Parts: sequence; structure tokens; C-alpha cells
Amino acid sequence: MERADGSAYLEFGDNKVLAAVYGPREFHIRRFLKPNMAVLRCRYNMAPFSVEDRKRPGPDRRSLEISKLTSEALSPAVFLEKFPRSSIDVFIEVLQAEGGTRCAGITAASVALADAGIPMRDMVVACAAGKSNGQVVMDLSEWEDKEGEADVPVAIMPRTGEITLLQMDGQLTKDEFEQALDLAKEGCMKISEEQKKAIKNRYGGD
Amino acid sequence: MILVEDKDIVVPGEVLAEGEYYAGRGTFKDDSKVCSALVGLVAIRDDKISVLPLQSKYIPKRGDVVIGKITEVRFSMWNVDINSPYSGILPASDVFGREKRDMNKAFAVGDILFMRVVDVDEVKKVKLGLKGRGLGKFRGGILVEITPTKVPRLIGKKGSMINMIKDHTKCEVVVGQNGLVWVKGKPEMERVVEKVIKTIEAEAHTSGLTDRVREMLNQLLGIEEAEAEKEEEEDFKEELIQ
Repeated sequence: MERADGSAYLEFGDNKVLAAVYGPREFHIRRFLKPNMAVLRCRYNMAPFSVEDRKRPGPDRRSLEISKLTSEALSPAVFLEKFPRSSIDVFIEVLQAEGGTRCAGITAASVALADAGIPMRDMVVACAAGKSNGQVVMDLSEWEDKEGEADVPVAIMPRTGEITLLQMDGQLTKDEFEQALDLAKEGCMKISEEQKKAIKNRYGGD
Repeated sequence: MILVEDKDIVVPGEVLAEGEYYAGRGTFKDDSKVCSALVGLVAIRDDKISVLPLQSKYIPKRGDVVIGKITEVRFSMWNVDINSPYSGILPASDVFGREKRDMNKAFAVGDILFMRVVDVDEVKKVKLGLKGRGLGKFRGGILVEITPTKVPRLIGKKGSMINMIKDHTKCEVVVGQNGLVWVKGKPEMERVVEKVIKTIEAEAHTSGLTDRVREMLNQLLGIEEAEAEKEEEEDFKEELIQ
């Protein structure tokens, strides 16, 4: 995108996600400002036409939660201390949703951050695993998520394997959980390769 | 052991080398590994590895010369936008000395200034000054914005690139370290310079750029001359008709 410092567009299955990064830029809201580091702000938004039934536009409880968790998933990877008193703003727009948009959002956002030239320890990548029809599976679809037993979104920093986001919705036994976590990590590694390829291709890939 | 080659494109988190190497700019050390922090080109100098960013924001450094725009006139200073996450301040005492005068008469909101970064403190408060040769207010001309990391490429080795542009177009060109470039000359020449600068920005990471830019300049200027001649001819014809 022309006006953003960095941007990324991701198609992940039937998910279509747009991410834009602005900053580091001057930050005016005094009470959120941190004198020793930058503040990473995220806004996750779903387009009204992104789901089957029209979604009421504007922030709701779910998108607020995802905004916060995206910011927390990305923050450990970014060298925030290099830009004191400033803010980095990440905007994630979901154009089409088909299960696992939060993971797609995080994945796209970290590519956009890299594109904006923001120094990072690693490119965060996210993937979900879960249980549907009694089987542990990777990257749930919308139907699998709704009808299935559990959903485990995971975000990691692929180089070190550090986990920056781990949620679980539903119920799993300890073994199933471990299995799901390994599966999600495996998915993350695959997506990570695509992330790197996307950035390198942008600059001619020479 | 170095895992990449000079001028490779790397992404954040990519391991560049393992073992006894120094982490230069754009990289960081994790245990014994040197990793990239940016999207950029690898530069290897002996055992120091750095990554030159392809895009970045300008972070003020003491001693830099920058181009900025006045955004606010305060009681005893001006606020200046220097195309960076941090705005600069230009104290009135720097302009007037001891005596006080009407601030607005000296510089008003919207004026473009060429300044030196006098000091940057730990919370990134940027103090600017006007002491030095060629510093001060610009009159007329246009501003072109490029990514600050590409400023060295625009200037070229010992100013080769920038001098070539100046010679070919007869424009005044001033480059600020913050990625703003001020150009003044004939309006059509200003356009040519703008176009050339944008090309340099887009192709800064490729080699043999100076020659290509020279070609481009010749081509653009050739077209300009031809068009000017044509216009003159047309003017002449119109005069005849009248």
C-alpha cells in the first residue's frame, strides 16, 4: 500500500487478510506513551462482508480481544526499545474469513512489520490446530472450528521456537494437547518459509 | 562460519553467522549466532557482519544535516517536522541571539529549513541549529521524499551521483540526511530531477546504477529538448496564423 510504511496481503485457505503498518511515528497520547520504548498498537477488524451473515461493522468484544492478543504476540519479537516515545501501529483488515483469521492476521502483520523496515528478533508466525470429529487436525476450517471439540491457536518465533501466543478453546486431554501443539508448530514452520519467500520475492529475489 | 554471502537479501531472524563474529548495524547477537534484525542486504567486512536496511525511518543523530518543515511557532522556539518519529525543536536564541523579536517574521508555519542536528538526548528530544554554511530557509523549489537509507546512494561516491544530476539539469539540489531532498531550478527540470531521484530510490540496491542514471538523464533531457522545440514551432505557426 502506498501510504503505509509497510503492508502485506495474505490468502490463507479461504481467508483473505490485509495488514498495514505505520511507524514508528510520533505518539501523542500522553498516558499510553512509554519513555523508554515504543508502543505497538494493533487493530483487528472484520469487514461486514467477510462472513456469511453480515457482520455488524465496528469493534466488538471479539475483535478487541484479538487486537490485544495480536499486539502481545508481536511485541516480544520487535526491538521496541530502539524507538522510545513513539508508536508502531498495525492494522489488520479481514476481507474474507474462513476459520483461523487471528493466525492469518498475525502472520500477515509480521510480514508487514518486516516490510516497514522495523527491526525484529524474528518473524512471528501463527497457525492453529484443534480437534474435530475426534481427531487432532491442523488449521481448522470455519466448520471444524464451530462443530469441533477444540481450537488451539499458536504463534511462535520460528528461529528459537519461543511461543508468543497460546490459546485454547474447548477441551483436550493432555496428550491431545501436546499433539495439537506439535502440529501447530509444524504448520508455523511451513508458513514461515512462505513468509520469507514473500519478502525476498518483493525485492526481485536476486 | 558465515552462512550468507555479501549482498544477499535477508529477513528478520535469519541466522547470518555462527561463532566469533561481530554484530554490526541491523543485526543482533543471540548466544553465538549473529542474526539479522531487518530486511536488507548483507555487508561483510572481515569479521563484522551488518545488514543495510532497504527501508527505514530517520532516527536523528548529532551532526546530521536535515531538511524540516516548521509545524508550530511557540513562545521561544519552533517545532519542526523532520520526517522522523521525533519532531525537532529550533530554539529562538539560535536565530536571534539575546534580543527577542517577532517569531513569525523569522519563520512561519510551513517554511522549509535546512538545519543541523545540534543534540539528541536519551529521550530523543532533537535540538536543531542553523549555525553553519548553507543552512537556513529555502525559497521556492520542490521537496522530494526518499527512504533515508538510500541517501548515501543518491549522493554517490564523493558526490558523483548528485553532482551528475546537478550538472545535467542545472538545478540546485540539497539532500538532507532524513531523506528529504530540495530541488530548485526550471520547473520542467525539477520534474526531471524528481523522476530521477525516484528511480534511484527504487533501484538503490542494484549495481551499475550511476551509468543507468546517466543514460536516463540523457534520454529525459533529450525528450525535453525535442518537446521544447516542437512547442516553439507550434507557437511560431500560431503566430503566423494570427
